[in-house]
Amino acid sequence: MAFGVSANRSSSSSRGPSPGFRFTLYAIFAVTLMYLDQRGQWLSEVRYALQAAAYPVQLAVSSPSAAWRWLQEASRTREALRAENERLRARQRELELRTLRYQALARENAELRGLRDALPPVAEKWLVAEVINVAPNTFRHSVLINRGTRNGVFKGQAVLDDQGLIGQTAHVGPWSAEVILITDQEHALPVQIERTGLRTIAVGTGEGLALPYLPANADVQVGDLLITSGLGGVFPHGYPVGRVSAVSRESVQPLAQVRAAPLARIDRAREVMLVWFREEHPAAPGSTTGADLLTGDPKIQPQPAPARPKPAESAAPGDDAKAPAASQVASSRKPDGAAASAAGSATGAARAPTADSNGSARAALHSANPSGAASAAGASGNAAPATGAPATGAPATGATSARETGTPAASAPAANAREAGRPAGNAPGSGTRSANTPAAGAPAAGSPAPNDAGTQAPAGAASGQGGAR
Amino acid sequence: MNREPRLWMAFTALVALFLSVLPLPRWLEIVRPAFLVLTVLYFSISAPRAGGIGLGFFAGLALDAFQGAVLGQHALALSLVAYIMVREHQKIRSKPAFQQSLIVFFALIAYEFTVFAIDGWTGHPITDPLRWVHTVTGALAWPIAIALLERGHAPR
Repeated sequence: MAFGVSANRSSSSSRGPSPGFRFTLYAIFAVTLMYLDQRGQWLSEVRYALQAAAYPVQLAVSSPSAAWRWLQEASRTREALRAENERLRARQRELELRTLRYQALARENAELRGLRDALPPVAEKWLVAEVINVAPNTFRHSVLINRGTRNGVFKGQAVLDDQGLIGQTAHVGPWSAEVILITDQEHALPVQIERTGLRTIAVGTGEGLALPYLPANADVQVGDLLITSGLGGVFPHGYPVGRVSAVSRESVQPLAQVRAAPLARIDRAREVMLVWFREEHPAAPGSTTGADLLTGDPKIQPQPAPARPKPAESAAPGDDAKAPAASQVASSRKPDGAAASAAGSATGAARAPTADSNGSARAALHSANPSGAASAAGASGNAAPATGAPATGAPATGATSARETGTPAASAPAANAREAGRPAGNAPGSGTRSANTPAAGAPAAGSPAPNDAGTQAPAGAASGQGGAR
Repeated sequence: MNREPRLWMAFTALVALFLSVLPLPRWLEIVRPAFLVLTVLYFSISAPRAGGIGLGFFAGLALDAFQGAVLGQHALALSLVAYIMVREHQKIRSKPAFQQSLIVFFALIAYEFTVFAIDGWTGHPITDPLRWVHTVTGALAWPIAIALLERGHAPR
């Protein structure tokens, strides 16, 4: 019935190339596109342009629901608004009460960590984005937000709401970005069980989260809070992710079946937050892929462990300070400031990747303060109490002047910092890692050195921080 | 107007794109027919010389951009089914509506399978069986789609 009447049209049209030829051309084009898009980032500009072109259509598609929402907002009664105002005020009071103690707690935390100053918050900047109401794909869990590269958004940026983690940006256009939610089946997220500190991976299941890699005897209970572990290079440490909702252990299965529900209102959030993090912060997202590790450096050899640490020796600057670490062998030929910080990073490396990043990056962050050596040495002494090098004799003034005179060298290639770090520590923690970010302690690497100890202390820290990234 | 349905093609394709990215409740999204694919199929059959394959390619590219899929994925799938329809348009046109629906059903299966296969090859497989639901609803919606799409360029 449909086409019988209009069958005479084909003869009147102009003849082009045959359909087979045209299809072949288009198919080759499509396959080339797919190949280029999969391999490498050669098509990122095309995609960027396409995303820009799609944005007006997406806005238009979402406009009915936006208009409906606006109408709802506009037609609210005075009583409803007053009730909401009341509720928000109560909420604000509660939050303010909770933050009253924050300063004191941060201060106490810094003291416990042996730092001179409290750390700044790991989140440096944040930006509120609105979710554009379109359906990108029914079977993938992603949302579109109305911020893009024009707002400084980058690929792989953490997206939160006020309850917890939502996801990360995947494709970023000029004015919009697609956010993969943590419940997407392809999303995997390094998490930590807050109660026990156990690290694992949470993958999206479509409805919630699952922890598929926990052994059956792992200590996990229903109600356990999951926080981000800081590994993986996208999310910083310590943000809430979800709560364990079901644990089932079967004796025939080697792995426990653990489900978790995300805390964030993943599918209902209308406003989300994009967060920028301080890269040098100890809680900043680190990488464990090993892609940035230099392996097999023949210069790094095991050193003979000294028989016993000698605490008295550290007070004499210029002497060789022996700094044995817990399981790594790290003997240093440099004065004590360097020895202490090198030992700190070495011990951190010996413990665990996060411990390494925490210990050494903390030292790096604070060696940028005008009392670099003292606080860095304090931090590393705290991280490695077994070293026996308390570094009380570390000349703080040396570090200060090194920092001040070394400001031009602050942008020196981080490779320098690594080179400088190697003779200082000669420990795997500081030598084997490549420092691919401009390290906070980099000034010490290329700066005129007023004092050996003062120069080398931040240098060791700098290389440790490079490794943490 | 009859000879150059291109404007009508572009207009309906845009409307179909709107309809296929319109946010709906999840169960409606699952049963929502692939309007853009139906539009491409229609024009491939009714106006095979007007560039059904090209329409399929660019419509697919638009879908790729919207869905954040691998660029070229839907473009390849859509130009493939468009090509099959263009080749067989004489036979399909003469069929009654029920058989056309059946053919459209298989075309939609072919389309979805291509997308599915490329999903798998590029390492993003979606194995949810619900993804095939729209082929059925698409076939059921075919008579309605014809009735609507014919308005713009049907001969008097």
